[in-house]
Amino acid sequence: MVLVYSDDKKLSLELISLAKKLAPSLGSKVYAVTINAPEALGQEYGAYGADSVHALTTNIPQFKAEEYANLLKDLITEHKPDLVLIGSDKNGKELAARLAALLNTGCVMDATSITAQGKVITTERVVYSGAGVAVEQFTVTPAIVSIPPRFAEPLPKYDHHHAQILKKQVTLKEYPSKIQSIHEAASEGVHVEDAEIIVSCGRGLKNKADIQLVSDLAAALKGRTIGCSRPISADLKWLSEDHWIGLSGHKVKPKLYVACGISGQIQHIAGMRDSGVVVAINKDPDALIFKSADYGIVGDLYQVLPKLTSAVKGYSA
Amino acid sequence: MNIVVCAKQVVDVSEIKVDPSTKRPVLSGVAKKISDIDKNAMEEAIKMKEKVGGRITVMTVGTPDAKERIKELLAMGADEGVVIAAPGDIDYAGTAVLLAAAVKKLGAVDAILCGEASIDLFSGQIGPRLAGLLDLPQLTYTTKLTVDKDHVTAERNLGDHAVTMTSPYPVLISVTKEINTPRLPSLMQILSSSSKPIKEWKAEELAGGPLTPKVKTVEVKGVPMSRKNIVYQDDLDASVQKLINDLAKEGVLR
Repeated sequence: MVLVYSDDKKLSLELISLAKKLAPSLGSKVYAVTINAPEALGQEYGAYGADSVHALTTNIPQFKAEEYANLLKDLITEHKPDLVLIGSDKNGKELAARLAALLNTGCVMDATSITAQGKVITTERVVYSGAGVAVEQFTVTPAIVSIPPRFAEPLPKYDHHHAQILKKQVTLKEYPSKIQSIHEAASEGVHVEDAEIIVSCGRGLKNKADIQLVSDLAAALKGRTIGCSRPISADLKWLSEDHWIGLSGHKVKPKLYVACGISGQIQHIAGMRDSGVVVAINKDPDALIFKSADYGIVGDLYQVLPKLTSAVKGYSA
Repeated sequence: MNIVVCAKQVVDVSEIKVDPSTKRPVLSGVAKKISDIDKNAMEEAIKMKEKVGGRITVMTVGTPDAKERIKELLAMGADEGVVIAAPGDIDYAGTAVLLAAAVKKLGAVDAILCGEASIDLFSGQIGPRLAGLLDLPQLTYTTKLTVDKDHVTAERNLGDHAVTMTSPYPVLISVTKEINTPRLPSLMQILSSSSKPIKEWKAEELAGGPLTPKVKTVEVKGVPMSRKNIVYQDDLDASVQKLINDLAKEGVLR
């Protein structure tokens, strides 16, 4: 049995799809979990492939890792799945690790690959800031694996496919930690993951206002999306964190990625290595970024960008 | 207030080279250091002590040479160190079991601080696992911490939104790199840290039995990347024109 849980609906549909692929070697059934959700959500999970849905209602209205880990621990102890897939957003990660400790079992975070041969679960994940991929194997069950968004496409929806809905009311022990408020993060509403063309900037930029040079090139390329490396968002805060591309930021795969004044630290490469064509502009001919680029120009971005922008405009005209 | 900081000795990932033939990361000979985000946890613990008083114990599970690195944290402001030498194949489950046993051995602990993840493997399991084993509230991904006598307030970064939470003691707090800038110890602090105690506890005694890994590492593969690596320099106008031609051929100009 494979059990899947995420408090994000889209991620849950992706997990169900992945679980269905793995299920044949693991005793076939896919169980999804909803917590304090309307019954319609469980039925929708059924239409997207879940065989059964544990529809749990609790006395804890919002996600809290402490209480939800205890809830899932009891569910898993009762039903003994071989594999538990958790959606790898921040809630999911802290839940997966706590749950694994309560069950005295193993956990792999942010798997980039997962296979089941017989009952043996093997995973891969990126380590050493993107310099390597660790291949790991579980020696015990249940295997707990957190799966990042977009790992799998949701299955097609079949409205005639009905999951068995297993309702249960649970009263959880409450922990003294309390949510006081929830606020939107400072965001400019950018979704770099969806962009086909990204022009990205790094420490080669001297002033916040010079981001204009980057957005001019993005506009000429008929893309609107600007990315950046860690210093520009996390340290200097010239761009919000939804622009940040890298291991701790967003991972992107556009058709064209232009890196301007980015040195090419391995943490940044880990966020853009799956891009189609990569172009690098850097004044240092030894910059690491050129090793990860298809095409490069060695030069001062303050000279290169205006010329490149007008050349792109000239080509398109 | 008894404060515990969990720290990990890691290889300096920025110095890892890739073997050109196998594409695997080469770890031997790479300098080791305390994982950056654990120093942020240390800094936050010092601020906590400065405000409400107490004693800071820094703990690590790792190879015996971690003792040298722990001295850096004693110099920053920890009062004592605990080094737990562990078998080479120890996994997150085993590390968390050892840390939980060590915290229990210390006695009444009010706050445990750690980094959200270590910079080498970036799994982020230890904080939540430790909180789970000790049945404590967990305030993870903390970007701002306000300490009061009977409770803490944490602002937590959850990516697309942020959450403000409070918890009384005892509590586990994991911090992000953005929370502070760790202080650099003065020469005096470095010199006086050598007189601070470092306890060495045995893994088998703490765990009360063998720590069989729940997850074993089969191998660490390289990451293949094939790029054309065509780089233009010298005449800028000619370089730009060549690049435009290349991009047109690739079909990415519209």
